[in-house]
Amino acid sequence: MKPFTIDTTNGICAALFIFLGGFFALQSLGLEIGTAFRMGPGYFPLVLAIVLILLGAVILVEAVRFESEPIGHIAWRGMLFILPAPIFFGLTVRGLGFIPSIFLTALIASFASGRMRPLTALVLSACLTLFAFLVFSYALGLPFRRFGPWLPPWLVW
Amino acid sequence: MELLDNLALGFSTATSLANLGFCLIGVLLGTLIGVLPGIGATATIAMLLPITFQIGDPVSSLIMLAGIYYGAQYGGSTTAILINMPGESSSAVTAIDGYQMARNGRAGAALAIAAIGSFFAGTVSTFLVAIFAPPLTAIALQFGAAEYFSLMIVGLVSSVALAHGSIVKALAMVVLGLLLGIVGTDIYTGTPRFTLGIREYADGLNFVAVAVGVFGVAEILRNLENEHERSVMIRSVSGLMPTREDFRRMAAPIVRGTIIGSALGILPGGGAILAAFASYTVEKRVSKNPGEFGKGAIEGVAGPESANNAGAQTSFIPMLTLGIPANPVMALMIGAMIIQGIVPGPNVAIEQPALFWGIIASMWIGNLMLIVLNLPLIGLWVKLLTIPYYVLFPIIMAFCSIGVYSVNTNIYDLYAVAFFGFLGYLLTKLRCEPAPLLLGFVLGPLLEENLRRAMILSRGDPSTFLTRPISAGLLFVALAVLVIVFLPGVKKKREEVFVEEN
Repeated sequence: MKPFTIDTTNGICAALFIFLGGFFALQSLGLEIGTAFRMGPGYFPLVLAIVLILLGAVILVEAVRFESEPIGHIAWRGMLFILPAPIFFGLTVRGLGFIPSIFLTALIASFASGRMRPLTALVLSACLTLFAFLVFSYALGLPFRRFGPWLPPWLVW
Repeated sequence: MELLDNLALGFSTATSLANLGFCLIGVLLGTLIGVLPGIGATATIAMLLPITFQIGDPVSSLIMLAGIYYGAQYGGSTTAILINMPGESSSAVTAIDGYQMARNGRAGAALAIAAIGSFFAGTVSTFLVAIFAPPLTAIALQFGAAEYFSLMIVGLVSSVALAHGSIVKALAMVVLGLLLGIVGTDIYTGTPRFTLGIREYADGLNFVAVAVGVFGVAEILRNLENEHERSVMIRSVSGLMPTREDFRRMAAPIVRGTIIGSALGILPGGGAILAAFASYTVEKRVSKNPGEFGKGAIEGVAGPESANNAGAQTSFIPMLTLGIPANPVMALMIGAMIIQGIVPGPNVAIEQPALFWGIIASMWIGNLMLIVLNLPLIGLWVKLLTIPYYVLFPIIMAFCSIGVYSVNTNIYDLYAVAFFGFLGYLLTKLRCEPAPLLLGFVLGPLLEENLRRAMILSRGDPSTFLTRPISAGLLFVALAVLVIVFLPGVKKKREEVFVEEN
């Protein structure tokens, strides 16, 4: 008998689907399920969550029986800088205001690439901020505060 | 003639100065982002979607969105031809012979042939949409909750059948998408579901945030995996005009491609890709010298390009008449309609004829603009290809952030972008296609609503789905599709097709 092995890609994939299915199933149980005639808010999601868990189980069985493609290279640096960018924008757009927030957001995202030099990043972010200000704030007139209350008043003209 | 009246209404809507302007901006923006390598049509649209919401009028907004779509598709074939890097899987076929033509110094002709083929296909299929949409709408108006439910099942199942890789994974993605779509307040009881107590998610997860995350951010991360220099060998493109010999050779493939594309495009589940492949196979088969294929055959560019454009266009038919998206792009269009306060479905044609026919007419105008504007602008697009990627993605990230925030000024939508960017990237790494997930996400609430309504109408008897003939027929189709993709022979063939594609 060959040693018990689990394919990494499919193993993680199965675990992810089972976990997500489990999350939705547990949450659904806290809702009113109802009957097939009058379905409560929990009925349909519970059915879907169970199906998701079952599909995850099928993938798990496949993972034990077959090998698949390896996961391959993962963009760690990319994730480290790209994913926080929108979060940072969300955290600061009201406090700092649109202009400083978008500048810093672009700056953070810039560092996702190893090829970006700090000076290029600064210049790029500055140009981008100017463009975003002209297009979104000035031309389209989106109702964003340009500078927010976190900044000391003497800094903002 | 009613058809002509309708088209006249459409053209008068689409040719208003403002709408022409929005169409133009859409086409240009779409091409601009579409030519950036590694960013496909879906990601392009997801990123530009928020901009269209700034336009108050839903007609203009959807016309611009449609323009972005054609632009992005065109941009995708440009990169396929010039640097052998198809932005979208449907232009992967174009890359095979198009890139070889470019290497033989015929890049200009290849681009022109692609544009002419697309324009011809676009013209024909616009008429097809105009002819077939009204009768389908009439049928769809008789649909009850049970029929709608079954129809959506067909759509979801076909998206699974046409996804790459494992069918089980694609099914799981659909189910996950449905679950994510249900997040938010239950319409019957007002109970918040799966919101984790966050009040900002009570209206459901923002569709734009999910699309931008799963397609846009995830794609950026994938491109950041291995940054290598792109070699753009063509610095300037000359000789745009195809020769008389080229015209003679491309005529038949364009016509055949259009027919194949129009027919396959109506099928739910990503017709354009299938259409391009089918056309390439057909051209190779009917050609007198099949050996030329893969070495720069004009037919290998003309046929698939026409087919994929025709397919892209006719995939509007199920979207406009039934409110069922045939591919992720149409899912985006439906999401845009919902945000604009339009309920997609057969009623659109009746309640909003100007919108309905305006979009159809703008398809043709958009295609015309592409050929008139983009061929002369080709030099500019080639320049864009030389912009290094590390300069692009901070710009894309910044605009995505602004765009998503501007939809509802809800900062939680931005956190959703990050989360779905991560989830989307993770799932791609685990070889799961994002397209079925997005389709499920859009259809989730509709599917549940129709299921619950059908069950109430039938007093809890699930056999209602089988005793109503149209519903039973549709479910049978869905079952047949599922059985077919699981048949060993088809499964093998399917794998071959997708392997060839990659």
